[in-house]
Amino acid sequence: MNTAMQNPKSIESFELYAPKLATKEEFFVGGHRACQGCGEALAIRLMCKALGKDTVITNATGCMEVISSVYPTTAWNLPWIHVAFPNSASVGSGVEAGLTALRRKGKIADRRIKSVAIGGDGGTMDIGFQALSGAMERGHDMLYVCFDNEAYMNTGIQRSSGTPFLAATTTAPAGKVVPGNQVWKKNLPEIMVAHNVPYVATACQSYPIDFMNKVKKARQVKGPSYIHCFVTCPTGWRSPSETCIKLGRLALETGIFPLYEVEDGKYRMTVEVPEKRRPVQEYLKGQGRFRHLTPDQIQVIQERVDIEWDMLMIKVQNSKSRAELRAKRAK
Amino acid sequence: MGKRVGMEVAIASAEAAALCKFDVASVYPITPQSHVAEHLSDIVADGRVDASFITVESEHSALSSAMGASATGARVVTATSSQGLLFMSEVMPITSAMRLPIVMIIANRAVSGPINIWNDHSDIMPMRDTGWISFFADNGQEVVDMVIQAFKVGEDRRVMLPVNVNMDGFQLTHVVEPIIMPDQEEVDKFLPPYEPFATLHPDKVVSMGTLGMPEFFTEAQKSKNVALVNSKKVILEVWKEWEKQFGRKYEPIQSYRTEDAEIALLTMGSMGETAEIAIDELRKQGVKVGLLKIKLWRPFPFDELKKAVKGIKVLAVTDRACSFGGPGGPVFSEIRSALYDVPKRPKIVNFIIGLGGRDVPMEGFMEMVQKAAKGKLSEPYEFYGVRG
Repeated sequence: MNTAMQNPKSIESFELYAPKLATKEEFFVGGHRACQGCGEALAIRLMCKALGKDTVITNATGCMEVISSVYPTTAWNLPWIHVAFPNSASVGSGVEAGLTALRRKGKIADRRIKSVAIGGDGGTMDIGFQALSGAMERGHDMLYVCFDNEAYMNTGIQRSSGTPFLAATTTAPAGKVVPGNQVWKKNLPEIMVAHNVPYVATACQSYPIDFMNKVKKARQVKGPSYIHCFVTCPTGWRSPSETCIKLGRLALETGIFPLYEVEDGKYRMTVEVPEKRRPVQEYLKGQGRFRHLTPDQIQVIQERVDIEWDMLMIKVQNSKSRAELRAKRAK
Repeated sequence: MGKRVGMEVAIASAEAAALCKFDVASVYPITPQSHVAEHLSDIVADGRVDASFITVESEHSALSSAMGASATGARVVTATSSQGLLFMSEVMPITSAMRLPIVMIIANRAVSGPINIWNDHSDIMPMRDTGWISFFADNGQEVVDMVIQAFKVGEDRRVMLPVNVNMDGFQLTHVVEPIIMPDQEEVDKFLPPYEPFATLHPDKVVSMGTLGMPEFFTEAQKSKNVALVNSKKVILEVWKEWEKQFGRKYEPIQSYRTEDAEIALLTMGSMGETAEIAIDELRKQGVKVGLLKIKLWRPFPFDELKKAVKGIKVLAVTDRACSFGGPGGPVFSEIRSALYDVPKRPKIVNFIIGLGGRDVPMEGFMEMVQKAAKGKLSEPYEFYGVRG
């Protein structure tokens, strides 16, 4: 028997504390067809709770449109549109432009409705990259959330530019000569920072409150914002469904996927990582996609993660927001 | 009352969209459409129309953004040419499937390669099967009229389909023509405000663009086809109304001097006007010849075609594109198929003409008529004027 059942007033009592942290209202409802332990479906449910009612979702083609919109059913309790694979950002920017024009012209009620576009790592980092860059650069009042499970899972686990170094996928298999994906993961959050987007953040389904806070913050931004949400895919990662949350936590604790935000150019860690980070091996060992790795290869990954971590820390410690720099000039 | 003005046709097409008070324009520049893009942005920047202009980073995004905006209930215009249209092609069948009545002004231009910026119809022909209504204009006046008509047809509750208006690149877009520009009051009277069927808004939640499994996909395709076929009735109705209000008559197939004609040429787009002069010249010489001009490409006007070819012994179909390795030009194969069941059908020959801006003078059309008179060419279809 767990603590909550023994003592309904304990911190673990969902009924008592959770409604204070997140609405009980569901905008992404159950009954959809996602795999057991799907980190992305969970993250979307949390995102919708944080966004609330006045939202329009544009969904890129991918697992989520497949599992949530099999005609004549839908899991979406928010206005939702899906057009194609590479254009979620551009459709979302059209939604924003349409709502803005209609509101200005008095053709719809005068209240702010947020356009939110979502896509997987393939739909965002590869085929939808140009549309995303365009939408962010144009300054639309919209949020883009990339749910990165590190490969084209919907089509059968092919590599994308989000796939980590040496991971085995169906197009970057662990062969006898070539051991999995041969390049390092593309750092898309950094590319979004370079677009001068007012708010950029990384997130993970395993840190729900952190993720929802970031979504709420991004929603408030008048202009473009970007959240890169790391999500577990038990099917593609060859990991047990019940390790969904655990793997997200290990990704943070090993420093493989740090959680931070960049507000007006200033970097800030949002979830603390133990001073002595866990070795990457602890994250890698639970996943079939890394099963083929040799100790030497794991060492190569460890060194890269350490260096990336140090580079991020330099930004966290030294970066200033534009507002701070402006104030300094004024003195 | 409308005013007769001298205006570049590309600019006039944007002015026509402005008269329709679009809410959003989403356009990526490409030659020879660029004056449309520039003038639409001028109109928005000067506040002549209260609209959002999205300076998209590609044509794919131009139509995608147009769809997003249209799905919120906005009246949306876009425009493109050639490679841009091909880049949009992924999105085009989805636009019609989602029944979003976007109007697209197309400055027709050859498709590469080799790269060529001049006019033919090789851009729109591959889009034939994307489920859009397709108008073809002969001249600047028709471009203006058709852009306004396109909004009315597309937004009609019985239709709810996207419409493209085709105007020949350079031959029309960059030519200053005398145009009777309708005034705002007249257009307001003709075109009611857009009342969308369903929109993306939290007050009434909908899911758009859901997954169609095999159990539903065929039905979705048939419903699109039925919508296209049924749209013809509305198009004819709108054209009647236009004629009544503005005095200019529109027909799916316009016949020119075909009353007692034994031979007829068939054209689409601006070359129809050159062909008319050739017909006049041949008539002077006593040749019983006429001209058919297709204004409505989709939905295809089967009945009107059958009626138009009555009494004609030889029909010379001109194509501004080629179906490589196929039966000839795309218009030719459609016409031949459409007339297959007609017992007294004309002999049909095919000239592929005016590719990538190659000029076809009046004499060219006269020569085609002479060649066609026998009812048979030396080859199944001829690349007219080709060297070697």
